[in-house]
Amino acid sequence: MFNLEKSDLTLLIAVAVLTLFAPFILNPFPADSAMAQFNAGYPDLMQRFVIFGIFAIGFNILFGLTGYLSFGHAAFLGVGSYAAVWMFKLLSMNVIPAIILSVIVAGLFSLLIGFISLRRSGIYFSILTLAFAQMMFALAYSVLTPITGGETGLQLALDDPRIFGQSQTPEGNIPVPGLFGLEMRDSFDLAIGSWVFTFNIGYYFCALVLIASFYLAIRIFRSPFGMMLRAVKSNQQRMNYTGLNTRPYTLAAFVISGMYAGLAGGLMASMDPLAGAERMQWTASGEVVLMTILGGAGTLIGPVLGAGFIKYFENIFSKINATILHEWFAFLPDGLEDFIVAILYPFIGKGWHLTLGILFMMVVIFLPGGLVEGGQRIAAWIKGRKAGKTTAGGKTEPAE
Amino acid sequence: MGILEVKNVGKRFGGLQALSDVNLSVKENSVHAIIGPNGAGKSTLLNCLVGKLIPDTGSVMFDGQSVLGRAPYEINQMGISRVFQTPEIFGDLTVMENMLIPCFAKRDGAFELNAIRSISEQKDVLEKAEQMLVEMNMADKRHMHAAAMSRGDKRRLEIGMCLSQEPRLLLLDEPTAGMARADTNNTIDLLKQISEERDITIAIIEHDMHVVFSLANRITVLAQGTPLVEDDPENIRGNPKVREAYLGESA
Ligand SMILES: Nc1ncnc2c1ncn2[C@@H]1O[C@H](COP(=O)(O)OP(=O)(O)OP(=O)(O)O)[C@@H](O)[C@H]1O
Ligand SMILES: [Mg+2]
Repeated sequence: MFNLEKSDLTLLIAVAVLTLFAPFILNPFPADSAMAQFNAGYPDLMQRFVIFGIFAIGFNILFGLTGYLSFGHAAFLGVGSYAAVWMFKLLSMNVIPAIILSVIVAGLFSLLIGFISLRRSGIYFSILTLAFAQMMFALAYSVLTPITGGETGLQLALDDPRIFGQSQTPEGNIPVPGLFGLEMRDSFDLAIGSWVFTFNIGYYFCALVLIASFYLAIRIFRSPFGMMLRAVKSNQQRMNYTGLNTRPYTLAAFVISGMYAGLAGGLMASMDPLAGAERMQWTASGEVVLMTILGGAGTLIGPVLGAGFIKYFENIFSKINATILHEWFAFLPDGLEDFIVAILYPFIGKGWHLTLGILFMMVVIFLPGGLVEGGQRIAAWIKGRKAGKTTAGGKTEPAE
Repeated sequence: MGILEVKNVGKRFGGLQALSDVNLSVKENSVHAIIGPNGAGKSTLLNCLVGKLIPDTGSVMFDGQSVLGRAPYEINQMGISRVFQTPEIFGDLTVMENMLIPCFAKRDGAFELNAIRSISEQKDVLEKAEQMLVEMNMADKRHMHAAAMSRGDKRRLEIGMCLSQEPRLLLLDEPTAGMARADTNNTIDLLKQISEERDITIAIIEHDMHVVFSLANRITVLAQGTPLVEDDPENIRGNPKVREAYLGESA
């Protein structure tokens, strides 16, 4: 089906099931229980999971396959957001033209930046992309204020033209992004017992885009083009002496990943119609690098896992505070309780970065293949136990 | 006129005149060996042919066209393939993928955005790569990572990759260096077979005289950056100038 190998089809179905049932899967705890704060099934966060998943899938096509490490991809996400908001201001609140323009604009920017940056490789390439992204951030933040809204960001206003839509709703409000009558922010709640599951139009729109993006990534990975990109990473000299021009290959990978970033930016603006320069900052570019490496660079599913993992930490771990810790350890004698809370405190709340940093280091050192390698090792271990005899060191397969 | 015509080529590295006044004519469908002591400039000459280096003076014509100033990939697309002194293969890729890449380069040229149809759907290329693997006796290794193979196998794979492009001129830089005797003999047989069965001209740099005299039908001796003699193998064997170049003045 879909012209995929069996293992790839399984992967695609798994991703589809996980995203479509995410409102259930991410809300395992009853709404009134103490564990409810670990529920991640609310629209805002679920949208971020899939949007950053798309961002990371695209980034992985460049970094995972060719090995070229860009430190400026958030810039393309940023221009995608601006382009989408401008479409909402000028054209209409329909998300389709907005997203199409996001992808095109991000593609053009990445063509220009990629063309220049790819004259160098290795660390120099990374520095060049970083420099470009910071320049774009600075421009967006100050010089180009009329286009970008500067510090406050680009927002919709009541007097925007919206030539194919309406400037204001009959009630005098700014209209909201939608898709042929469906409003992105609309949700409905399903209560089963003490569980509450929220189904949000915007989330499902993003989820469908993620599934399509993932399918496209599989096609690219399995195509001759994808193989050439891996060849670039493996031995550029051999490529050149095999009659292959590496430059357009790397540039195409760069532009494709830039367009994925633009798509993510357009979706972000479609969920919440504003765009700010901070989306382009180098920390945002670094984040997608972390997602890809944490999940498993060069693997299909890794970047999606990495994106989910980091966003979960950012949003859930950061909400745990000292009071909650005290509640958890209230059963301990007072002195011990205070002691344990004092030890754990730096790792929660605002300290979630510390936890994430430690986890990241452990993954890089012990699981260079990321979470995917971790999964494979566990699978191999279980298989080994099932077979009765444990065969040492399950060999990891590349690019699943 | 040979398929490859090198005229008055000179190349200087700082104070070192690595090549001076090199003239070389390689006849179509011959096996032409270039021999000479260490540092004679053999690899430098080869680098000038494939676009890795640009000579300071002179001209290099392949099949009536100048190769100078062209990028390595362009020269390869003209029909010159090169095997390196240390095998250059795609170590992270499987043996099959290593073979597929030159086959795609042959069919699609230097760049093609062939990104939607999977490899398994492109049967023509798949079959060609498969056939080449069989010819190279490597079909059983197709799923192996190329980096995990023995040196002899890597060399064989590299030669196979070059052959799958159906080049008109195959350049080999010490293809048997560091090989065990058995591997060396296998390589000799392979190259012999190639030159007999295919329309491929071979230029080979080699130190091992056993290899040279088993294969070559023309030999150029290079010493200190200039050709000393060019002759048939029988005449090279007894040539005193050649002995002198190899053994130094004391001989
Ligand atoms: N890129 C370079 N820069 C400076 N000098 C070089 C360079 N390449 C080669 N040389 C020098 O040019 C001379 C010829 O080198 P070359 O590698 O062509 O010799 P060779 O005949 O291939 O020797 P060998 O049999 O050892 O491979 C040597 O003295 C070498 O040190
Ligand atoms: Mg040499």
